[in-house]
Amino acid sequence: MNSPTGIRSPASLQAKASGEGTLVLSIRGQLDSTSTGSIWREAMKALDHSPAGRVVMDASGLTYCDGTGAAFLLELVRRQTKGGGTLEIHNLQERFERLLDLYGRTNPEISVSTPDESPSFVEQAGRASFKVWKDVQVLIAFVGELSVGLLDAAAHPRRIRWKDMLLTAELAGVNALPIIALIGFLLGLIMAFQAAIPMRQFGADIFVANLIGLSMVRELGPLITAILLAGRSASAFAAELGTMKVREEIDALTTMGLDPLRFLAVPRVIAAVAMTPLLAVFANLFGLIGGAVVMLSLGFTLTTYVNQILLSVDVGDLLGGLFKSVVFGMIVAAIGCLRGLQTQTGASAVGISTTRAVVSGIVLIAIVDGIFAVVYYYVGI
Amino acid sequence: MSQDQRPIIRVEHFTAAYERAVIIDDVSFEVKQGEVLVILGGSGSGKSTLLKHMIGLYKPTHGKILIDGDDIVTAEGAVRARILRKIGVMYQQGALFGSMTLQENVRLPLEEFTDLPSEAMDLVAVMKLKLVGLEAFVHHMPSEISGGMQKRAAIARAMALDPQILFLDEPSAGLDPITSAELDHLIVRLAHSLSITFIVVSHELASIDAIADRVIMLDKRVKKIVATGRPQELRDHSDNPWVRQFFNREAAAGVGGP
Repeated sequence: MNSPTGIRSPASLQAKASGEGTLVLSIRGQLDSTSTGSIWREAMKALDHSPAGRVVMDASGLTYCDGTGAAFLLELVRRQTKGGGTLEIHNLQERFERLLDLYGRTNPEISVSTPDESPSFVEQAGRASFKVWKDVQVLIAFVGELSVGLLDAAAHPRRIRWKDMLLTAELAGVNALPIIALIGFLLGLIMAFQAAIPMRQFGADIFVANLIGLSMVRELGPLITAILLAGRSASAFAAELGTMKVREEIDALTTMGLDPLRFLAVPRVIAAVAMTPLLAVFANLFGLIGGAVVMLSLGFTLTTYVNQILLSVDVGDLLGGLFKSVVFGMIVAAIGCLRGLQTQTGASAVGISTTRAVVSGIVLIAIVDGIFAVVYYYVGI
Repeated sequence: MSQDQRPIIRVEHFTAAYERAVIIDDVSFEVKQGEVLVILGGSGSGKSTLLKHMIGLYKPTHGKILIDGDDIVTAEGAVRARILRKIGVMYQQGALFGSMTLQENVRLPLEEFTDLPSEAMDLVAVMKLKLVGLEAFVHHMPSEISGGMQKRAAIARAMALDPQILFLDEPSAGLDPITSAELDHLIVRLAHSLSITFIVVSHELASIDAIADRVIMLDKRVKKIVATGRPQELRDHSDNPWVRQFFNREAAAGVGGP
């Protein structure tokens, strides 16, 4: 079949009723994917409006016809036949006849799929709760396996993949320092500033030091570190393990007799456990520095500020906060690895896993932080 | 099969390099309209590279690739769009859009480039899928069908706008012999009945025999075309011993071949 040259001769349709109750459709020009659109509607309308039982299409003026054109011609035949009439195509070039034969003169039935009825609200709520419950079960099982893996690592330190652990420690820990420092500093600065203004009215602005010291060391330092770690590292672990899952690398490990948990998750969790408290210390430090900036601007000396902090914050507060950050680090790393290993197939799968890792991580951190608050209260830390 | 004598593709002095390593060096050839041309060669010979340049994904360091008179290397804007509408590509893994059904996949080019009414687009899409034997799966997602079926669906999508040239990248890769043979029959049928020009990258000897009008063979050692002709001629009468070795599936003395 000749290819269309650059010259476009759009198709045109002429409808004429002939004497014996027959409709004659004359078609001229090219029927291809660009030119068939307008003529399609015209032709269908002509068919619908005409009462003729017999339609004759004169295709002598048709210079080109491709798959789309064939679809058009066949649809005309089908419509007319469905209405109880006939449609004959006359004077169609031989090569176009072959095209119609190829595409099948009996049109395929386009099955209209009935969309599933959307389930009721109660059913949806039920299913969602069930999914969450199943997810919690999987998480608990994973934590169990991970704990066994960690204990095993502690018992056999030589079996730990130190190279992976150190690399993760660098990526998740050292490389996170700039952003931890920045956010920690901003947090201390903003809190101090906001608190100082009202407290100054009561001459209590010296106690801004207490505020910054206690809130950073006990709560906000570990918390902000954990959240930043969730955003940076949980997503990275999920993406890395997720891509490995998609590429069948996890399967390869399993069939080699190697446990993906020991190989991949344990080094990452150990690295997170090692790095998170250190990062929390940095967050605390930069938070205190932020506070210092405000206090110095209020006229206090650095010595006064530091002394006030030392009076209000004790070792117990610091260790309590650091212990929290260790637990947060484990949570973040574990959830990142778990979501990565749960990756499905498809282009969006890894993205979904990273999102779930970050969101689940932050939710778990919030829950655990609440538990800590209660426990510490009753224990008296 | 009807063939115009005018070449529909002309590759002139084509040179491709990656970083500083030359992959293909000063290669020229023509493809006649309606021909099924198979590009073959050993691993690393540059056959997929050549294909990707011909469909405009990469720019060569030197040379022209004329698709129906327009050079795809330098084409931009409306000219490039015109060229791309004349070609269809089937990628090695199918590359169907995973979030759409087969029908929606085939509809996409129609939605973007035609003003057909929606029912017409549905009809054309189903017809193309029927042509490749997938009319029962039009509402399935790509993940729900087998690899061979995904490839056939990919061919249907490549044909949505009735292109004059179809490029197939390793259509038999990963397929069992029966599915591979079915795909070969489909290619031959489409070539004969629709006079589509096929450029196929392959190294499946059985497929090559079934579908090729002509083959060109690349060799990574010389980075040029070392043989061109009908597969049977090259198997039996080529001067180049390595060409005969390739077609007769003989391993080289030593280890695995070139």
